[in-house]
Amino acid sequence: MNSCVERLYNGIVKENPTFVLMLGMCPTLAVTTSAINGVGMGLSTTVVLVLSNMLISMLRKIIPDSVRMPAFIVVVASFVTMVQFLLEGFVPSLYASLGLYIPLIVVNCIILGRAESYASKNPVLPSIFDGIGMGLGFTIGLTCIGIVRELIGAGAVFGMRVMPDAYEPVTIFILAPGAFLVLSGLVALQNKMKAIAKKKGKKTEMSGCGEGGCEACQGCNSKIFPAGEEK
Amino acid sequence: MSENYNVSSSPHIRSRVTTNNIMALVTASLMPAAIFGVYNFGMPALVVLIITTASAVAAEYIWQRAMHKKITINDFSAVVTGLLLGLNLPATAPWWMCVLGSVFAIIIVKQLFGGLGQNFMNPALGARCFLLISFTGRMTTFTFDGVAMATPLAQLKSGEAVDTMDMLLGRIPGTIGETSVIAILIGAIFLILMGIIDIRIPGTYLASFVIFIVLFGGHGFDVNYITAHLCGGGLMLGAFFMATDYVTSPITRRGQILFGVCLGVLTGVFRLFGSSAEGVSYAIIFSNLLVPLIEKVTLPRPFGKGGEK
Repeated sequence: MNSCVERLYNGIVKENPTFVLMLGMCPTLAVTTSAINGVGMGLSTTVVLVLSNMLISMLRKIIPDSVRMPAFIVVVASFVTMVQFLLEGFVPSLYASLGLYIPLIVVNCIILGRAESYASKNPVLPSIFDGIGMGLGFTIGLTCIGIVRELIGAGAVFGMRVMPDAYEPVTIFILAPGAFLVLSGLVALQNKMKAIAKKKGKKTEMSGCGEGGCEACQGCNSKIFPAGEEK
Repeated sequence: MSENYNVSSSPHIRSRVTTNNIMALVTASLMPAAIFGVYNFGMPALVVLIITTASAVAAEYIWQRAMHKKITINDFSAVVTGLLLGLNLPATAPWWMCVLGSVFAIIIVKQLFGGLGQNFMNPALGARCFLLISFTGRMTTFTFDGVAMATPLAQLKSGEAVDTMDMLLGRIPGTIGETSVIAILIGAIFLILMGIIDIRIPGTYLASFVIFIVLFGGHGFDVNYITAHLCGGGLMLGAFFMATDYVTSPITRRGQILFGVCLGVLTGVFRLFGSSAEGVSYAIIFSNLLVPLIEKVTLPRPFGKGGEK
């Protein structure tokens, strides 16, 4: 059970897909125009991630190594299709604002990355928790970006106006350039905070894979992220 | 006499041109346009210019202080950036917009990329485009003599007749520094005579722009139409003061010509086929991004290298 908690911590803090691994940048930059979009996108991805991690982990001994990519894609695409129809049926407004990015979850590198580097090599339960951790990390990242962009670009949070009336929204923050500005600002902020924490002697690792790179990471033999690259 | 016998390693002859001198001369050459802008739009224009300049210098000072870097506000580059930004704003711009623009120009466009000499696009224009996208309404509402009206370029775009004499003198609505072509040219000729800027970039810029307008403007070789396009908007200010920025323009001669042509064609495309009437600032910052590529293809070969094998 300990490894499950470790997986959660790993996904949310140590290897946060948005701020540390810098994965899934396409939905991160494109749909975070408001906080609610960020939450919606993050949760949809989480659902797909958990289910695909679970199924791929179950099938890991059946899938031949040479065709694993197509097999993963088929698994992921089936879950994405389910999520897409569910969203369309129950939350049409969110579905409309996320648009094309829902089907694009299929090619989200977080999902394929976790399938390749974790779920295909580990038992079912840790894989599920890996999916939950990574998904929540992604959701938190997207929500943070969405909140900041909505606050500066529209003067609101979750659709409610919080800024005083005299505040004039800086519209560029809900357009494409604002996504880059906010993402880089938040990454810089959390790197700074981690650096301060490290200085104080608290043991918080800067990089996902630590000093040993991917070799030191359990189940990370595929080396998608060479040591030091994501620092 | 004693220094004649001083033995030292080269260089023995030094130019007196320094960053400080260049930036001070650029500031001086912007003065005719600034003074005319204040005369044209009154005290609000002066307030805008002072706020942008002061906040640009303050932003540079505070940033370098906070980052424990060498403080370089004495080199006038922040003054030039602030002044150029002010000249690119309408006189009706509120104070917080001026401050926001200056801070964006200095901190995000310039200092985050390494300070003077490292910025990837012209800081003043980067900030102008930032403000233009964020506060489109405020940035494109121009008042002249207390009346809000369309700029000559917008009138030209909607097919109305414009008075080119007024545009030459500057008796038109627009941003603070862009209206008077004569005031801008006085400063530009001064800079060219002092050897600070070269005619190559503005020359090819304006020439290629004119050719583009003649070919695609739909008016043929109509002198009135071409003059209106040349004198309207920020073309003159951009061509002489912002496209020639040392940091963001190519250093090779062929590269400068290519850069000028790029600017002319892009400005023409934005003005004729774009949704807004003006496109100089976007053309310049877009071409700024092309500069590394332009320099790569126009790198001169050392004598004796290359050629037929």
